[in-house]
Amino acid sequence: MGFFLETLFGGLMAGMLYALVAIGFVLIFKASGVFNFAQGAMVLFAALTMARFAEWIPRWTGLDNMLLVNLLAACVAAAAMVVVAWLVERLVLRHLVNQEGITLLMATLGISYFLDGAGQLLFGSSTYKIDVGMPKDPMIVLENVFPGGLLLSKEDLYAAAMAAVLVVLLSLFFQKTKTGRALRAVADDHQAAQSIGIPLARIWVIVWSVGGLVALVAGIIWGSKLGVQYSISLVALKAFPVVILGGLTSVPGAILGGLIIGVGEKLSEIYIGPMVGGGIENWFAYVLALAFLLVRPQGLFGDKIIDRV
Amino acid sequence: MNGMSNRKTGEVILDVQNISLSFGGVKALTDISFDVREHEVRAIIGPNGAGKSSMLNCINGVYQPQQGQITFRGQHFRHMNSRQVAEMGVARTFQNLALFKGMSVLDNIMTGRNLKMKSGLLAQALRWGPAAREEIAQREFVERIIDFLEIQLHRKTPVGRLPYGLQKRVDLGRALAMEPQVLLLDEPMAGMNVEEKQDMSRFILDVNDEFGTTIVLIEHDMGVVMDISDRVVVLDYGKKIGDGTPDEVRNNEDVIRAYLGTEH
Amino acid sequence: MFYRENGQFKTSYQSDLQIFPIAQDRIALALFALVAFVAVPMLASDYLFRAVLVPFLILSLAAIGLNVLVGYCGQISLGTGAFMAVGAYAAYNLNVRIEGMPLLLSLIGGGVCAMAFGILFGIPSLRIRGLYLAVATLAAQFFTDWFTNRVAWVTNGSSSGSVSVSALSLFGLPLDTPARKYLLCLSLLVLLGLAAKNLVRGAIGREWMAMRDMDVAAAVIGIRPVYAKLSAFAVSSFIVGVAGALWGFVHLGAWEPAAFGIDKSFQLLFMVIIGGLGSIVGAVFGAAFIVLLPLFLNFVPHWLGLAISTGTASFLEHMIFGALIVFFLIVEPHGLAALWATARQKLRLWPFPH
Repeated sequence: MGFFLETLFGGLMAGMLYALVAIGFVLIFKASGVFNFAQGAMVLFAALTMARFAEWIPRWTGLDNMLLVNLLAACVAAAAMVVVAWLVERLVLRHLVNQEGITLLMATLGISYFLDGAGQLLFGSSTYKIDVGMPKDPMIVLENVFPGGLLLSKEDLYAAAMAAVLVVLLSLFFQKTKTGRALRAVADDHQAAQSIGIPLARIWVIVWSVGGLVALVAGIIWGSKLGVQYSISLVALKAFPVVILGGLTSVPGAILGGLIIGVGEKLSEIYIGPMVGGGIENWFAYVLALAFLLVRPQGLFGDKIIDRV
Repeated sequence: MNGMSNRKTGEVILDVQNISLSFGGVKALTDISFDVREHEVRAIIGPNGAGKSSMLNCINGVYQPQQGQITFRGQHFRHMNSRQVAEMGVARTFQNLALFKGMSVLDNIMTGRNLKMKSGLLAQALRWGPAAREEIAQREFVERIIDFLEIQLHRKTPVGRLPYGLQKRVDLGRALAMEPQVLLLDEPMAGMNVEEKQDMSRFILDVNDEFGTTIVLIEHDMGVVMDISDRVVVLDYGKKIGDGTPDEVRNNEDVIRAYLGTEH
Repeated sequence: MFYRENGQFKTSYQSDLQIFPIAQDRIALALFALVAFVAVPMLASDYLFRAVLVPFLILSLAAIGLNVLVGYCGQISLGTGAFMAVGAYAAYNLNVRIEGMPLLLSLIGGGVCAMAFGILFGIPSLRIRGLYLAVATLAAQFFTDWFTNRVAWVTNGSSSGSVSVSALSLFGLPLDTPARKYLLCLSLLVLLGLAAKNLVRGAIGREWMAMRDMDVAAAVIGIRPVYAKLSAFAVSSFIVGVAGALWGFVHLGAWEPAAFGIDKSFQLLFMVIIGGLGSIVGAVFGAAFIVLLPLFLNFVPHWLGLAISTGTASFLEHMIFGALIVFFLIVEPHGLAALWATARQKLRLWPFPH
């Protein structure tokens, strides 16, 4: 039972991390109607920028207060993501207004290839460290309930807390601010939003910047946990089924979807894995999402696709 | 010109009985009953939002009514699916033109022949003998429709590029290609100018005359309705408020009130 | 001046329904066939066959298959690599386990297995649409990746996880030279391409396009959505499966599951988009573009005398590739096929401007 709970917890934490990346997707999809295949590449790019600048700033300025260095590096990385957002809007989105979904998908795939190459060209392709002071030691809880107690990761808990804060901030932003309302209008109908005077270009830069910042947070957390390397952008592919499960337009859906997939993956790997030679984690998320979609084609909280004739 | 000319209206071919339809809390149709006789031109009229398109959608299997039934040639059924309805010989056009924008005029109308085409996949892949002959035979049939609708010039044009009036003709052509016994027309003249309306009226009457097709037509233009229909059903807020010949309906007080808009 | 239809009147529907109704097109095609079937095998170098022509032909075939599904029927699929893998491994098993199995039967058998797989994974498309379907197809991709990696039966118990075929022969004639392999691929491309073209311009093709353009209206016309979608998956995956088998047998010779991973799926999707959705010849253009591009990118720095490390070159390639995809999507979203059609239109008017 103890082991089960540990696995469960591990799954929840992993799910939280997936959800972080997925939230970026949902935001961009909600406001620009674009399914951003490049989200993973953005996570990697943000993480790389942060990691490298955290290395370079002490070297260039002699600063050794790690907190300050990390803060500065994070600012640089955030700025970089805003620049990326601006470039994406200017060079890509502006010219593809009202194109079909598959064209936009392919465009983001192109952006993803570009970012992958650019990130590694600018910052190198080895594994880099991000150290934002997250505790690496595990903690043991509930020693009086289970013999030896449950082994939980403090780092994961911190990550979950950060993610929760992020979600709350984002919800407030969307629901309560004028910009948030404009974003929701744009998500509904580009042309209608334009015709009432919403500046589409500026909105998209804002949205993609927010998506980029979310990617940065995800990048910091993932990078701190796994080290910053190319494979991060592949892990982000896992976020697709999360988004599908939760519904493409729902942030709570992304979180719930992430948790379900995180737990499902871990449990199936531990309990079913040995029977079939392991490696289930590679496809479980997708098959789960697929099975779910058969029952509910729009995901948990997604908008129903209605056709009018 | 009264639509009666030289056609004999026959027996009841389509019988709509006590149809009620709701979407969530909204009642679109309440207890509608009327019949359609073979070879006649039956108009459904009513103010906007009366439920006319919903009625056609029920007949055609796009919506499933919660209550009531529809009888076609003596066969009762409650839940039709679109394909079964199509196979039984009911075709329709759409208010918003559900044309296949990526295809040419010719191809759009050819899709209407799909029910009649029997060649299997392999035969089509090889385009041998029977498959090739079938394609040509269907092409001939469709060309006759294209001649009838006078759109020969545009047969290879992608429909998305045609002006609205021509697109409406293609929509009609696609429905005609199904060789229907009953043709449901949903506002076939919406958005047309006087000349185009005259053309369309002529086509509809010709179809009715030459092929004996029963026509059920939703239309807003009263002049057209009075001119070409044999009988009229009037709907308002999902209820039937009139049923009879154009003259009878024109003098019906409820109908006048509905259109001129007094209290409800 | 030369490319005019003057005097070419069609007096029967049969002649109007030809694939190449313009006489000049037919002449050009005959010349092209002559070059492809006769001149190239005689003149091309081994390198050209191995590195350019054979992969181009096989990927064209796969792209045609994918175009049937994505371009004509409008069902997005990100799992094409998996279908190729199924074709390749099925063909391999038929080849290795059945004594004296003829090559063509193995290839076709691979296609048939891929077809069954395709129909199975096509079933979700009856309920799921658009982007949701795209991600659902990833399930096929990753599941197959895992399956071909873990299930020993698939690789005939190979300890390293990789399989190989050797000593291919067709009707007793050994396929030992690159030229012969090229001709095999070319012939299969022509045959299956023609079959695909016949399908898309016939009744089933119109059903597919109707489903793509407006599936609600299609049902009202009497088109069966289930049959239309599943037949698209079936035909598409058959062709892709045969291409996969060819890729393993003829191009690679020896392969492991990574050869058919998600990168391949993306590559094929790029080909179809760049080449032009809904165009058989577009798929071929797209394949040519994608095959030639990396070679070109490798060649240019060499030609300019710049020395770049392989790592840098590969990153640059990624960047240029991504940028070109975006550029293409902006400039000509209907792909190379549309550019080609425009060029021919201009040619018909040449030397007049309009």
